[in-house]
Amino acid sequence: MTEVLRITGLAKSFGALKATDDVSLTLNAGEIHALIGPNGAGKSTLIGQIAGWIVPDAGTITLEGADITGLSVAARAKAGLGRTFQVSTLAMDRTARQNVRIAAQARAGSSFRFWGQVAQDQGLRDAVDQVLGDVQMLDQADTPIAELSHGARRRVEVACALALEPKLLLLDEPMAGLGQDGTQEMTALLARLKSRIPILLVEHDMDAVFALAGRISVLVNGAVIASGPPDVIRTDPAVRTAYLGED
Amino acid sequence: MRGREGWINGALAAALLIVPLALHLAGEVYYVNLASRVVIVALAAVGLNLALGYGGMVSFGHAAFFGIGGYVAGISAHHAILGTSFLGLSTTTEMPLIWLISVLLAGVVALAIGAISLRTKGVYFIMITLAFAQMLYYFAISFPAYGGEDGLPIYVRNTFPGLNTFDPITFYGICVVALFACLFLTARIMGSRFGAALDMAHLSETRLATAGIAPFNIRLTAFVISAMMTALAGALFADLNGFVSPSMMSWHRSGEIMVIVILGGVGRLWGPVAGAIAFVLLETFLGGLTERWGLFLGLILLGTVLFARGGIMGLIAGKARHD
Repeated sequence: MTEVLRITGLAKSFGALKATDDVSLTLNAGEIHALIGPNGAGKSTLIGQIAGWIVPDAGTITLEGADITGLSVAARAKAGLGRTFQVSTLAMDRTARQNVRIAAQARAGSSFRFWGQVAQDQGLRDAVDQVLGDVQMLDQADTPIAELSHGARRRVEVACALALEPKLLLLDEPMAGLGQDGTQEMTALLARLKSRIPILLVEHDMDAVFALAGRISVLVNGAVIASGPPDVIRTDPAVRTAYLGED
Repeated sequence: MRGREGWINGALAAALLIVPLALHLAGEVYYVNLASRVVIVALAAVGLNLALGYGGMVSFGHAAFFGIGGYVAGISAHHAILGTSFLGLSTTTEMPLIWLISVLLAGVVALAIGAISLRTKGVYFIMITLAFAQMLYYFAISFPAYGGEDGLPIYVRNTFPGLNTFDPITFYGICVVALFACLFLTARIMGSRFGAALDMAHLSETRLATAGIAPFNIRLTAFVISAMMTALAGALFADLNGFVSPSMMSWHRSGEIMVIVILGGVGRLWGPVAGAIAFVLLETFLGGLTERWGLFLGLILLGTVLFARGGIMGLIAGKARHD
């Protein structure tokens, strides 16, 4: 199995608080690796370090063998890291197409082009249509984000990440705030995507996690206390006490 | 450019072409020069609009670039007329060359100011751009060779090949072509990939960075282009007045350019033109009635900010379209 992402010995402290405590994990091609843990377990800090917003105190992150630990957010995105956010970062006044197009144009080369008009760029248009089709948002492509449902916004976020043609997806609670239908749609979407693009999934919805993930890592107090296939995690006593039992 | 905003833009363009010509035919030289003033401050505001309106960078220091343009025109004419040299270089009274130098110099200065200022945000950005502009203002004051506080006269208006720049309507024509060119350039830029990135840097910096585009570089480039346009306006302004002084760089001037952008409609292509027309007319006619015209301007601005966030363009044309 090809390893896409490898995190080794990652550590980050805020004062006396060990938010990330010697975390190591991998993501292989074709799989969904879910990261779960109670609130305050350090999931956001870990994601922040993988995406590049937070600089780790120690440890390395490699993407397809290349060290990306020192790269900026933008450089990591260029290197093939696609991600979505827990709280939407889409531009509300702009259409789904315009939001996705930014990612597509970043993928298609330099943004320091001042003359050619994006609206007439057929290549960009095709690339945007393709990923909007992937997330079944083509019919609402020209609707402003502000007028879209919460579930639709989530799918546009995923489309933005897909437009980068990423080597992996880092999804931060993509089901958060979705109703039952929305969660089912998103689960189906991620199941379709995983063979194309491996996914590191941070999610609170346990049904979705156990339905999707090939491997689950449990984060408690900044450290990975268990890692393995869903069946093993489900029965792991430490996990049950630390996390699932409280659910 | 569709719908009602397109019609208004067209009407503004037509007014800029027809009204001064009519004034010229009626022999109203004063008003032709007033029209030149409108067009020049509009151009300065078109420059600021790229940074403030489209890029969300509230620069309170654009007078610095306006002044750089003015001083390049003034100092160049000063030496050329006296037959002296500037740092061993002979200078020119040719407008195209003066504009080129103005724009390049402002670009270099904006690159330095922007590289530092754009590391901050919000109020800090406003204050740092103001601080840089004030530095240049005091630098201009402390330079007796170029008039210091009193300013520097341009005895003979700079020239343009094949045109008589002394003729008010010809000079107006030069100004209006410069304005139209910068409006066209802004429209092209905002429709381009760079414009899309600048728009996203304004609306959602996180989204832009996550797409793999570093927001800082995009902002800095827009800031530089914005400063260049404002510098071109400054060079024209000096020639209009036959005079350049540190007041061109004062924070009042920065505020004035900002007021024009806000009054006209932030991030609307023709907003600065509408704002400049309103501002200069208010200044001239209300200022002729009362010395306290600033009070009324203040009230109008307050009303704009409170009740008409889209400025004049927003009031007439409705919400901006982005496609």
